[in-house]
Amino acid sequence: MKKKVLIMPTVMAFLALMLSGCQPLMIFDPKGPNAKTLSDTIILSIIVMAVILLVVYVLLVNMLTKYRASKQTADYEPPHEEGSKVLEITWTVIPILIVTVLAIVTVFTTSKVENQPKGYGDKKPLVVYASSSNWKWHFSYPEQGIETVNYVNIPTDRPIEFRLYSFGPITSFWIPQLAGQKYAMSDMVTKIHLAADEEGSYMGRNSNFNGEGFAKMEFETQAMSQDDFDEWVNDVKTNEPKLTEAKFNKLLKTSFVGRESFSSTHLSFSPAPMDMSKHNDSKKEKDDSKESHEMEGMDMSH
Amino acid sequence: MSMEELFAPMKEPMILGAGISIVVGAIAVFAGLTYFKKWGWLYKNWLTTVDHKKIGVMYIFVALVMLFRGGIDALLMRAQTAVPENGLLNAEHYNEIFTTHGLIMIIFMAMPFIIGLMNVVVPLQIGARDVAFPRLNALSFWLFAAGAGLLNISFVIGGSPNAGWSSYFPLAGIEFNPGVGNNYYAWALQISGLGTLMTGINFITTIMKMRAPGMKLMKMPMFTWSALITNIIITFAFPVLTVALALMTLDRQFGTKFFAMQDGGMDMLWANLFWVWGHPEVYIVILPAFGIFSEVISTFSRKNLFGYTSMVFSMVLISLLSFMVWVHHFYTMGHGVMVNGIFSTTTMLIAVPTGVKIFNWLLTMRHGKISFTTPMLYALAFIPIFTIGGVTGVMLAMASADYQYHNTMFLVAHFHYVLIPGTVFGVLAGYHFWWPKIFGFRLNEKLGKAAFWCIAVGFNVAFFPLFILGLDGYARRMYTYSADTGFGPLNMLSFAGALVMAVGFMLICYNIYYSFRHSPRDLNGDPWDARSLEWATHSPVPEYNFAIVPKINRLDEFWYAKKEGRDITAGKYERIHMPNNSGAPMWMAGVLFLFSFFFVFSVWSLVIVFAVATLGFMAYRSFEKDEGHHIEVAEIEATERRLRGEQ
Amino acid sequence: MSKENKSVPLEYSTEENELKIFGFWVFLGAEILLFATLFSVYFALVDRTGSGPTGKEIFELPPVLVETFVLLTSSFLIGLGVHAMRIGRTKAMMVFYILTLLLGAVFLGVEINEFLTYIHDGATIQTNAFMSSLMTLLGTHGAHVTFGLLWGSGILMQIKKRGLNAKTANKAFIFSLYWHFLDVVWIFIFSFVYLKGVL
Repeated sequence: MKKKVLIMPTVMAFLALMLSGCQPLMIFDPKGPNAKTLSDTIILSIIVMAVILLVVYVLLVNMLTKYRASKQTADYEPPHEEGSKVLEITWTVIPILIVTVLAIVTVFTTSKVENQPKGYGDKKPLVVYASSSNWKWHFSYPEQGIETVNYVNIPTDRPIEFRLYSFGPITSFWIPQLAGQKYAMSDMVTKIHLAADEEGSYMGRNSNFNGEGFAKMEFETQAMSQDDFDEWVNDVKTNEPKLTEAKFNKLLKTSFVGRESFSSTHLSFSPAPMDMSKHNDSKKEKDDSKESHEMEGMDMSH
Repeated sequence: MSMEELFAPMKEPMILGAGISIVVGAIAVFAGLTYFKKWGWLYKNWLTTVDHKKIGVMYIFVALVMLFRGGIDALLMRAQTAVPENGLLNAEHYNEIFTTHGLIMIIFMAMPFIIGLMNVVVPLQIGARDVAFPRLNALSFWLFAAGAGLLNISFVIGGSPNAGWSSYFPLAGIEFNPGVGNNYYAWALQISGLGTLMTGINFITTIMKMRAPGMKLMKMPMFTWSALITNIIITFAFPVLTVALALMTLDRQFGTKFFAMQDGGMDMLWANLFWVWGHPEVYIVILPAFGIFSEVISTFSRKNLFGYTSMVFSMVLISLLSFMVWVHHFYTMGHGVMVNGIFSTTTMLIAVPTGVKIFNWLLTMRHGKISFTTPMLYALAFIPIFTIGGVTGVMLAMASADYQYHNTMFLVAHFHYVLIPGTVFGVLAGYHFWWPKIFGFRLNEKLGKAAFWCIAVGFNVAFFPLFILGLDGYARRMYTYSADTGFGPLNMLSFAGALVMAVGFMLICYNIYYSFRHSPRDLNGDPWDARSLEWATHSPVPEYNFAIVPKINRLDEFWYAKKEGRDITAGKYERIHMPNNSGAPMWMAGVLFLFSFFFVFSVWSLVIVFAVATLGFMAYRSFEKDEGHHIEVAEIEATERRLRGEQ
Repeated sequence: MSKENKSVPLEYSTEENELKIFGFWVFLGAEILLFATLFSVYFALVDRTGSGPTGKEIFELPPVLVETFVLLTSSFLIGLGVHAMRIGRTKAMMVFYILTLLLGAVFLGVEINEFLTYIHDGATIQTNAFMSSLMTLLGTHGAHVTFGLLWGSGILMQIKKRGLNAKTANKAFIFSLYWHFLDVVWIFIFSFVYLKGVL
């Protein structure tokens, strides 16, 4: 009877894979170094966790089959057992070791994905400002002097640095096949480093609930060769209108718009909040962690 | 406020239907009570009671009602997302529903269910006559009920909160959320939170000061231990919520700039405050469930709990760690690598004491004599299912990997895998286990087990697919998705599972009716052959709990006394002092309800009137001469004879 | 009420009294967390002044020193009041309590005046995040003092009417704990808000 509960998850996992059509799940189908790191981390953690699950399940099945009342004589009286130092220390120490390993993996991989991906020679990263407003994404390319709405094109084989902020509620910028997500907020700029290894179209979206139009807040990310990218930039620069302040304000107020392109950016008249790109980057990092430490210290006293 | 604004939500047919059914239901209850002339009985025996057992029952009753409200929300959500591009609900309605689902299930279902069980059981387990402050206890309950009422009327009058249960600013601020919905959020949580804080103080005092003679801390039953630790967390965590909600109200209704987007406001400050309370809150609802499982597993293995001391210390450790992990709710905010690394480590460390508990439960069963009763089934299903929740928690704790799980269905699946087998199975195990103590008869085992299988199987069918969907890039809180995402089939499966769960909960309700009519009455007060002190007195428990307060020499004293043939409740009766009933807590909560209601709509004149009335109630209580009453020896003797069935 | 224990002070003398004092200590624990949270909010926002004034620009030490002096004295006086209660001198105790409450009222008057000055200078609770957090922190403390004045007066009326007994002594003692607590909170406000702000 109990075994039914135990095999449930396995059956479910199997069924789920069948139903999802045997395509690799998006998270396990990375197209760039950042997402690849995360995918590997997740697979490693799933393996470790599966082992732990197995230990618990074997023990449980063992207890339930051996010690059920129907297997015992009517007058069997279970003994008094205070506990066992050896066992209790074992199942404290082993998990601590596992946690230690995973903590090291976490710090290592976090620092890897929080920094510019390596292996692209001395190519400087392409900076793209991605800002959200209800319910759309604005992408400004300061280097190229162009801006797009609800789609972003990036060259492959070159590191990209997205700088995120928001003209309203907190949103989360996420292109699962290229990188993990990060919040875009109204009073500070956050960063995502990524690179695309393969040309193609990737789903990007806001994953943090921000009201009525949230479900539709998707954008397409096109990774293309450097030549195609340059061609596209040229095309936008020559054919698309300039983004004026009035036009931008009107755009901010419009809830749903399709794709748009402009041959100038909003950064000139509406700069990003506390734009740290003009200051020393490492200083900001330090300040950030200092602030959080203070808060942590305060709460330790609770 | 104009009438039109007030009843604006009624324009939606579904909400109009809900509104009408609330009114019809209220009229039916009102008419029924009048027809059967039960008003006096209800007022005297229940509404004005200060008896911890009755207050506990009322908590559980309201929790069950809220379970159905929250459950209907859940079904609607799963129905809406069962097929792509579904038009059952629009975005705004869906947003309201997932917001209230979260709020109701955590604040108005899980918490009161657990506090209700604590109310019923803790004083009995420690051999006390009542809690330390019985009248305050009644006020706690009525404040909770007022908060629940406030949140539920928001649906029909003025509009529900719709910014998620965590209500992050600026989304929850006045600029993006101009309606009254989030005012309701602030006040419903505020007044029920005050009630919870009082419960915390009350139970810490009760457990620390009112234990039976000889019951040292390390001889307390595990459920009482979990209650003590939980109430300490409540007392330390809820003031943070009180402040956060007050700041929310100030920002929304008085134009302050705490979380504003200009003039120096800091939107993430809300997220920090919310989770500094919110994470310990998770342990507030899970630790008592751990306590219940300890009692149930030990009882139905007919063995003492394995590793009692390490069980206690792991709970203490969990409670300490619970205050040091809140940042893991927003790794993606852009902290440095070190901050994320530190909070990843503290979060993963929680798995260590939790693992210790799991292994202790498993080893409790070794050499035992396991009987598969309904409460035991919930406890046994808890172990494998909760472990999935636990290990996925460790996965989520890894900051880097969380960049991919955050805000996805993977996270939703994880916390349901923690909260349902943990909290819900826990309270259901406790509910079936202690039901005979409260009412004097057991719930039907066949129906109980059928309900269990529906819930356990339905749960896995409903929630396991969400892990897969999350890994496939399905963000949470989307009211719909397009067909080419491929999310459709698994969502449909999940909806089917939710329906099976719903059947299980209906069976639980039907079981109350069925068992009330058909179950044999229990006369010895100990139908499960259990271990702790609450089983030493009669079922149903007399008003004074124990005619003779037993002396305690060791853990599970009652069990060993049974084995040795000793009667620990024998002795010479003395008259017992008991507190008087009072209507004041209910009326005061009613006044605070009106205060909050008018505050929500910024009707300042009436706000002042009811604020003064609240102070008036406090003054009344202070000046009141209330010495309680005594139960005389003759009456105790009569009651004891009657409960032993020697009429 | 039930058994009275003569070997301990009156306010501890019954089981119920003991529970109430213990419970109140737990409540003060929760209050500490409440103020700790408000302080955290203040520290997080103190430099976020937007276009509005900073602490340096608006704080004036003289009235704050008056407030500090008045509140510290009142805390000392209520201590004397409890001592008088323990040696059974009801009259003296009441005088000390009345003086305590009067000083509390003076404190409140100075604080209200301080608020009015801020508002007059154009710094309201809506001006910037710093002002919001400052006025909320001070206001919460001030609201506690106000409630204390009402509560203390109520207890004095009961002692006047019913004399000192296990119940009223218990209330008076618990009130003194509350008052000392408010004093401690004020010392933190004085040091970490005002002194740190002007330095």
